[in-house]
Amino acid sequence: MVVTGYSKNQTLYISLSGEMDECSAQAARNKCDKLIEDNLGVKKIVINLSDVAFMDSTGIGFLIGRYKKAAKLSVPLYIAKPNFAADKILNLSGIYSLIPKAE
Amino acid sequence: MTKNYLKLQFYSLPRNQAFARDAVAAFCLELNPTLADLSDVKTAVSEAVTNCTVHAYKGNLGLVTVECEIEEEQLHIKISDTGRGIPDVSKAIQPFFTSAPSEERSGMGFTIMQTFMDEFKVNSIKGEGTVVYMSKSFKAEVENV
Repeated sequence: MVVTGYSKNQTLYISLSGEMDECSAQAARNKCDKLIEDNLGVKKIVINLSDVAFMDSTGIGFLIGRYKKAAKLSVPLYIAKPNFAADKILNLSGIYSLIPKAE
Repeated sequence: MTKNYLKLQFYSLPRNQAFARDAVAAFCLELNPTLADLSDVKTAVSEAVTNCTVHAYKGNLGLVTVECEIEEEQLHIKISDTGRGIPDVSKAIQPFFTSAPSEERSGMGFTIMQTFMDEFKVNSIKGEGTVVYMSKSFKAEVENV
């Protein structure tokens, strides 16, 4: 799983690409948290899932973990562009009530 | 008459999770699944195999067995381990139940297997292991005329 990010207009955009499972999650967590820590001034974080080809429930745990981290910093977190399959899992988990979809 | 059988056995290594779900997905291609059905099967298999790594063997090395059978338009999957077993299955299958809350686990694994597959059953004996049975029916697509 490849994690990339950039900040623009006080928003941190994080993109995940590849397969999110238990095997790939730990490295993705570390990279994502590093991006958040390196961009402490931002007002908003958007995690883009458009290039996530596969995701199981590990993705839910991953997103809730990042949500908790962002909440500690009082920064709202959003999910952008999940594919059909990721959207199905995220809907089932009810996670959108915590982390809304970005327009 | 469509009938086919596959048996895979591998170590409970995290890197085998992708191998297992992709192998099962490849096996069921002969049923002409839709992309959505294929994704459901891959996700359900991934959940069950991940449980073996994370819970049944808790990071120790063990064997995971995945058996698949195609019968007419049905796919039957059996995923078994000889790990520590689940003390209370009815509790474990509750949505959001996790035995490892500190590890960022969602507790949604069994719920996803149950929701994404047509049939789902878990048998577990403490200290002996767990078997997950799942089935999905692949109805032939009705062609638009």
